[in-house]
Amino acid sequence: MSTAAAQTATGTGQTATVTGQTAAESAAAAGVRTEAAAPTRGLVEITKVRKSFGATEVLKGITLTVEPGGVAVIVGPSGSGKSTLLRTINHLEKVDGGHIAIDGTLVGYEVRGRRLHELREKDILKQRTEIGMVFQNFNLFPHLTALENVAEAPVVAQGRSKEEARKRGLELLDRVGLKDRAGAYPRQLSGGQQQRVAIARALALNPKILLFDEPTSALDPELVNEVLDVIRELAKSGTTLIIVTHEMGFARDVADTVVFMDEGQIVEQGSPEQIFANPQEPRTRSFFSKVLEPAFNI
Amino acid sequence: MSSAVSNQARPAEAGPARQPVPGPASTGTGTSGAGASGPGPGGRGPATDYSGYPLVGSKHPWRWVGTAAVALGVAAVAWSLATNPRWEWGVVAQWFTAQSVVNGLLETLKLTAISGILGFVLGFILALMRLSASPLLVSVSWTFSWIFRSTPLLVQMLLWYNLGYLYEKISLGIPFTDVRFFEVQTTTLISQFAAAVLGLTLNQAAYSAEIIRGGILSVDQGQLEAAAALGIPAWRRSTRIVLPQAMRAILPTAFNEIIGLVKGTSIVYVLAYSELFYTVQVIYNRTQQVLPLLLVATLWYVVITSVLSVFQYYIERHYSKGAVRTLPLTPLQKARKFFATHAVAPSRARSPR
Ligand SMILES: Nc1ncnc2c1ncn2[C@@H]1O[C@H](COP(=O)(O)OP(=O)(O)OP(=O)(O)O)[C@@H](O)[C@H]1O
Ligand SMILES: [Mg+2]
Repeated sequence: MSTAAAQTATGTGQTATVTGQTAAESAAAAGVRTEAAAPTRGLVEITKVRKSFGATEVLKGITLTVEPGGVAVIVGPSGSGKSTLLRTINHLEKVDGGHIAIDGTLVGYEVRGRRLHELREKDILKQRTEIGMVFQNFNLFPHLTALENVAEAPVVAQGRSKEEARKRGLELLDRVGLKDRAGAYPRQLSGGQQQRVAIARALALNPKILLFDEPTSALDPELVNEVLDVIRELAKSGTTLIIVTHEMGFARDVADTVVFMDEGQIVEQGSPEQIFANPQEPRTRSFFSKVLEPAFNI
Repeated sequence: MSSAVSNQARPAEAGPARQPVPGPASTGTGTSGAGASGPGPGGRGPATDYSGYPLVGSKHPWRWVGTAAVALGVAAVAWSLATNPRWEWGVVAQWFTAQSVVNGLLETLKLTAISGILGFVLGFILALMRLSASPLLVSVSWTFSWIFRSTPLLVQMLLWYNLGYLYEKISLGIPFTDVRFFEVQTTTLISQFAAAVLGLTLNQAAYSAEIIRGGILSVDQGQLEAAAALGIPAWRRSTRIVLPQAMRAILPTAFNEIIGLVKGTSIVYVLAYSELFYTVQVIYNRTQQVLPLLLVATLWYVVITSVLSVFQYYIERHYSKGAVRTLPLTPLQKARKFFATHAVAPSRARSPR
């Protein structure tokens, strides 16, 4: 909640990042990790990130800070660059400019001299184990069972023992209500069940940050609440969550910062109350006037 | 049975006003009127309970007609094969397991196995080259496939065999210098066997490269992304995530290729290499029993292909895990199921317990 109060206008975010940038650079240069007390891990600082696909600029200088343990919900019209922004956070998409830091460590790059050099694949993979991602279309591995999906990465990316990964996998499947379907293949599960397996899979690496790209878009209304409960619990456990969604009721429920994006820019950000009840920008107002009504009628 | 009891508990349902077949069409119009008020006549009350009725599967009479017609045709062909003396089955039986024929068969199997395995390994490397980000690797791979797919195998084979005419010596050394580690006469290096393996392997590699590349491309990009997002290393991503899924697309065509290769090996008769086909040719040139001996070779090819098809079935089934909602039954399971449902009286087998 404190995050939301701290940043209302985009201007404040801008200044906050300038300090963030220097902190990130000095920390990276010194090779020191700003690993503070447990509840404060998972600070995400996105600084002037730009990204183009060919001639179209999809991200036009995004600056955004998400406090450790914060829940940021990104909303905006289709094609505004929300998914692209999420994908830059774990370096699935390379940025063309700007940078992203997690707890003061740059993602995908290191400072050498006065340049940002892209890290080796091995180091990027290591960073990614701290950033879980849940995809719009699940992307479960269809030839592996639910449990195998969940237990694969801890073994090969974190070097856990198979038995340990299995046990933890079952725990996580239990947490998303799917313990009895552990042996099922993704195609034998409903869409909602698949997404819950995907969430369990992302949790298996015990990440600092979880990225959700429209996690509820494939869930039927009954299951949305189950997933919401899981996500709320995650928010309490101190994991930083960044969620892209089209469901405004869900956003109001779970967010402590709502970020409104349009055409590759952050138009407005603030607490859910502020953004939904009293948006400042005309662009935000016209977007919500179109989306809010049906969402709140449910 | 509980269903029967509940049926009697609601006698209103059994009244003549009730339509025997409740369907959306028959009740749909009635709903708008008094429908909502309750289970009155014509209203949308609780549906009649049919749960005690046995279920009967749909019948397929034309399937049986078709089956009978095909069976008749098969019987006619079999009859003519068995009764026409010109097939000379006695001669076929005499040569089928003759030592020379079996030796030829072994040579055929050896050529197939060696050039099949080497061809697919090389093809795999070529496919990876073609998919790599390096323009040089891509163009080398492309050129390889281009050359070997655009020249007749027969010509390739003869070229390899006559390599000694083009290059008298083959040596290993540092290019563009006089350093030679080892040097050998081409004709001693390229035997019939070497020429055959070389020709078949390189040709096979060119084709299998495309098959493997196609399989890899058929795997959804999201799979790689998800694996990368989980921090799974590149090698593991290929072997654990992509290849098992690619195999589904690769296998049917790959087996096509292998089966083609079994018979394709017969082309090495131009090198006078004594595999199965060349062997029977030699024999029938001597004995003049052309057709029966061709039949001997044919039957062996049929046997090999059949065995390969069985392998194909089980390997494909293995890789279809998770790709289909329920695994197809093995022939053995199918047979068991058939006897379980058909051996007992149909009325008993179909009725609910
Ligand atoms: N790989 C790509 N190549 C070219 N254009 C792309 C690529 N990925 C995304 N885009 C374009 O970038 C823009 C932003 O895409 P993005 O997926 O981030 O939108 P989004 O906000 O997530 O939309 P939605 O809400 O529909 O998921 C779109 O116009 C899209 O067409
Ligand atoms: Mg999207």
